[in-house]
Amino acid sequence: MRGAGCGVRGAMTGTVPLSAYLILSAALFAIGVIGVVIRRNALIIFMAIELMLNAVNLTFVAFSKFLGSMDGQIIVFFVMAVAAAEVALGLAIIIALYRNKESVNVDDINLLKG
Amino acid sequence: MTQAFNMADLSTALPEVVLSLVAMVILMLDFIVPKGRRDWLGYLSVLGVLLTLMVLCRQWGATQSAFSGQYLIDPFALFFKILFLASGGLIILMSIGYLRGEGADSGEFYALILFATLGMMLMASAVDLLILYIGLETMSICIYVLAGFLKRERRSNEAALKYLLMGGFSSAIILYGIVMLYGLTGATGLKEIASTLTADTLSNPALILAMVMLAAGFGFKIAAVPFHMYIPDVYEGAPTPITALLAAASEIAGLVILLRVFLVAIPGLQDRWALLFYVLSLLTMTVGNVVAIAQSNIKRMLAYSSIAHIGYLLIGVVAGRELGISATLLYTVVYALMTLGAFAMVILLCVGEVKGERIDDFAGLAQRSPMAAAAMLILLLSLAGVPPTAGFVGKLYLFGAAIERGYILLALIAVVNSAISLFYYMKVAVAMYMRDLPPAGLALSPSRPLRVVLFVTVVGTLAIGIYPGPFLDLAKSSIAGLW
Repeated sequence: MRGAGCGVRGAMTGTVPLSAYLILSAALFAIGVIGVVIRRNALIIFMAIELMLNAVNLTFVAFSKFLGSMDGQIIVFFVMAVAAAEVALGLAIIIALYRNKESVNVDDINLLKG
Repeated sequence: MTQAFNMADLSTALPEVVLSLVAMVILMLDFIVPKGRRDWLGYLSVLGVLLTLMVLCRQWGATQSAFSGQYLIDPFALFFKILFLASGGLIILMSIGYLRGEGADSGEFYALILFATLGMMLMASAVDLLILYIGLETMSICIYVLAGFLKRERRSNEAALKYLLMGGFSSAIILYGIVMLYGLTGATGLKEIASTLTADTLSNPALILAMVMLAAGFGFKIAAVPFHMYIPDVYEGAPTPITALLAAASEIAGLVILLRVFLVAIPGLQDRWALLFYVLSLLTMTVGNVVAIAQSNIKRMLAYSSIAHIGYLLIGVVAGRELGISATLLYTVVYALMTLGAFAMVILLCVGEVKGERIDDFAGLAQRSPMAAAAMLILLLSLAGVPPTAGFVGKLYLFGAAIERGYILLALIAVVNSAISLFYYMKVAVAMYMRDLPPAGLALSPSRPLRVVLFVTVVGTLAIGIYPGPFLDLAKSSIAGLW
């Protein structure tokens, strides 16, 4: 992968190298994963998932620019639309739960166990 | 430059267009039809599914790509589209009585099931990572809503939240795998990805990372161990027809994209991903079967049993090539039939205060309704893989394929697992036939559509078990030209 980036980098002198974007987005993705795993508030977990999706979007745009193909940027639009739908739905579900339960802490969501 | 969008493309996707139109009509009629009379929206949805099936069958045997090669009609896609539509229709039929019982009858429910089925059809035809992702999300988003459909019930809320969080998480992981593939090859079409990957790039660690990410993400979607933690909770909390939808259709849809991506896009890595799925399959069937023994709630037990069946299905993926993949295809039909039947039985027992969810609720069923008990017995025997039922035939071909390809140990462990599964399935049978009817037992009054579902699933299970030839031929002809 680094090879692909280096090949194009020569033509794009003076710009930020591809590897920088990849490292940043990998770090964001990792922060998102850690957030999902360790945070206990449903809203924060939700934000962490959004962070993961946006890390992926950043990678798509970076690849799209460096590969000179538009496909990546098109996909980002779709991912953003889907993420928006998911957020709308997620908040609705969290509100429905909060009405019955008065809590958004996932540790309190323990009716189902086994 | 060719036109990006034309009528020929649209006619290739005609079944999908018809299905989405039907779903939208149902949504609109929901406003007009008064509450309490929305049953017939369910019947209308089933008619819509039948209409879509008729349109779909005109594509029999055709292979045609559309939308700039992103969408492919082939026998493989057709096979699964028929399966998804049939499952969707049966699930709508079993919802009609269920919703009336819960006092939640509404057209949205049917429309969302239709949209979820549409997402699955997109997944079956997707040969581009973008379409694949869109199909996956179309299906998932509908199922998030459906899982939380009983708004006042906390268990349903919980199931929806858990499924949403894990679904979103797994989608993000799949997307990361997709972006890696895109970055390595500059393509999103599965065939283009395969042709861009050379022997040189095949050993690239980034490609291995992409493969692992995709396997993990799909693992969440098909409920493979160790990505199964949320599955029993979601299955237990969701409305029962939606549990059936999750088990019988959504997991198979996950398996379809798994097959497409791994067989078409990265066949060069087969050695590595076969090993990966070998381990997943072993873990999945063993954990699923062992944990199922301890369950007293039948929906949870069926959840673990569906996890175990995913493990069996993965054996076919490991074995690979014609033999393994066709056995997997055959088993998806068998699995869908018997799972739908089993959940229809749970709905059948849901009378008054009794939810039909505890294994104790099955006590004395043979006295209450000998027919229902016999139907359940056939489904249980099929789930356990006892002849002359479909479960036996399906497993025979799967395990046979594994042995043929030299995975003797895997086949052996699968057989041991089948024996373990017999134990907990028979627990239900013993409750039905050996235990006395509790005094509070009400008479069963299954609605007519539910009777149809039970009839179709039981007869289908027996038919494939006794005369599997045509079904196996169909599975074999469906994978021709897949790779």
